Amino acid sequence: MLPPVFGVLFDGLAYGMLLFLLSVGQSVTLGMMNFINLAHCSFAMLGGYVTIGLMHRYGFPFFATLPCAFVAAAVVSIGFERTLFRRLYRASELDQVLLTVGIVFISIGIAAYFFGTDQQPLLLPGYLRESLTFLGTRFAVYRLILLGVALAITIILVLTLEYTRFGARVRAAVDNERMARGLGINVDRTFAVTFALGSGLAGLGGALAIEIVGLDPYFALTYLVYVLIVVSVGGLGSISGSFAAAIVLGISDIAGKYYVPQLGAFLIYLVMITLLMWRPLGLLGRR
Amino acid sequence: MALAEKATTPLLYLRAQARWRPVEIAFWLAVVSPYALFPDYLSLASQIAIAGMFALSLDLIVGYAGIISLGHAAFFGLGAYAAGLLSKHGWGEPLSGLAAAGAVAGIVGYATSFVICRFRHLALIMLTLGFGLLLAELANSLGWLTGGMDGLQGIHTWKLLGYFHFDLYGYTAFGYALAVLFVVFLFARRLIHSPFGLSLRGIRENFVRMPAIGAPSRSHIRTIYTIAAAIAGIAGALLTQTTETVSLDSLDLSRSADVLVMLVLGGAGRLYGGLVGAVIYMVARDQFSGIAPQYWYFWIGLLLVAVVILLPNGILGGLAKLTSRWSRS
Repeated sequence: MLPPVFGVLFDGLAYGMLLFLLSVGQSVTLGMMNFINLAHCSFAMLGGYVTIGLMHRYGFPFFATLPCAFVAAAVVSIGFERTLFRRLYRASELDQVLLTVGIVFISIGIAAYFFGTDQQPLLLPGYLRESLTFLGTRFAVYRLILLGVALAITIILVLTLEYTRFGARVRAAVDNERMARGLGINVDRTFAVTFALGSGLAGLGGALAIEIVGLDPYFALTYLVYVLIVVSVGGLGSISGSFAAAIVLGISDIAGKYYVPQLGAFLIYLVMITLLMWRPLGLLGRR
Repeated sequence: MALAEKATTPLLYLRAQARWRPVEIAFWLAVVSPYALFPDYLSLASQIAIAGMFALSLDLIVGYAGIISLGHAAFFGLGAYAAGLLSKHGWGEPLSGLAAAGAVAGIVGYATSFVICRFRHLALIMLTLGFGLLLAELANSLGWLTGGMDGLQGIHTWKLLGYFHFDLYGYTAFGYALAVLFVVFLFARRLIHSPFGLSLRGIRENFVRMPAIGAPSRSHIRTIYTIAAAIAGIAGALLTQTTETVSLDSLDLSRSADVLVMLVLGGAGRLYGGLVGAVIYMVARDQFSGIAPQYWYFWIGLLLVAVVILLPNGILGGLAKLTSRWSRS
């Protein structure tokens, strides 16, 4: 018989994995171009609505919608990157913040127009709603799958970045953009691909998140704060930093809600402020 | 403007900048017009004056010192609750309430400014955001003090100067808000056209170089952040006193976002930007109050994107460009 703390840890870990999926793209693109993209969670929300729409209107099975969510978020994000974001790489932080907040507001309006402001119900197939009992603790199947997907994606990402030519370009651009340009690396194209990849992962995260945290038009704003916390605490451009920060954040959030519910999100903000004051570049930030 | 360019010494430059222009005088004469033209909208007009003052306080740090804050509502809410609690516990005199609220917000602003002045970029944005969220959560969980979700009940504001009663139509409220706004504006204007204000602009342009020419960036940032916090607190207290209620949304993240939108819409870093932005934003929101909030946000979002792409310096920046082109040709 495991004590209940394991259940809390497990839920927190699954939640942390979700936050990691939502924020890893943001971390890498912020590290690369120093572009503060507050609209990142709008792409996650898009992924969520693609999944809901395909499942409920066209009867797609849940797993078939996940790649669609990824592709949709990636394609739309590249459209934005080419037309709007590109103009602001050299602009002031204030302009970047304002433009992307504007896009968040627009996405809230569009989502509310097409899907209403209610929480979207997700009807998962029966076998995903069950849970396994191991040593007296129940583990939800869905959360186990979430954990597996996130771990698989992390491994693929790390391997891609460490061992492929594309990964080497990305790392070079994150480390020193001007030097990378000087060496003939097409930083703009590398960035566009990375940006699409990161937004696609956010879209996938958004699709997987519905079951855990629900989906309404304010998703883009609510989870923006969490993503920013993960990114700034983990350190810009650091995948392992984001991974660690997401797990810490996920577990402390779930544990806080479980043990001291009256404090609400207070604890998390306090942890974030303390960590940032201690290490303004994040736990594993380098520059 | 032409005079300012011809000025040969820094002192002459500052004096030329600080001269009152006819447009400014016309603006301040025009703000009194609601008494005659829109007597039914006086309560909206006092809300606009309060929002304009809040935006002005944000302008001091965002527009002049270049510190982006996503949590400025923290000080607005602090002032609002300070004035509300004072009144609830038996002291409803408005002017001393304003002073107390400004002092509370200023003290908290001074304390946080020691953190704020050390950071730049994303960490700074996250810290301001974090402080704002932290305070909002705190007010929510301290229900015995703040009334929590229901807001603070039982606020009563005494007669202004012992004579003017706060009436239902907002005659006193508007005059009071306007008078306080004008005094605060004069203070901010004097501040901006002083050597201190000039060095703030220097810090915005280059944080590292300013200490090298003898202007300590960090202590200047601490000063202006404290002042901005106190002004925001006074604006919050004004809202409490004129509406006789405080709720949690005075601390909300969306209030921080709204005030930033107002400022940018009008034009950051030009004193009148926040005021003009507040007028346009609040009137538009009042006119479109029939539509659901999520659609309102859609249009605000579109407006933000358009302003950033087409009018980088806000409406006043665009107007200034137009007039300078016109006067040249």
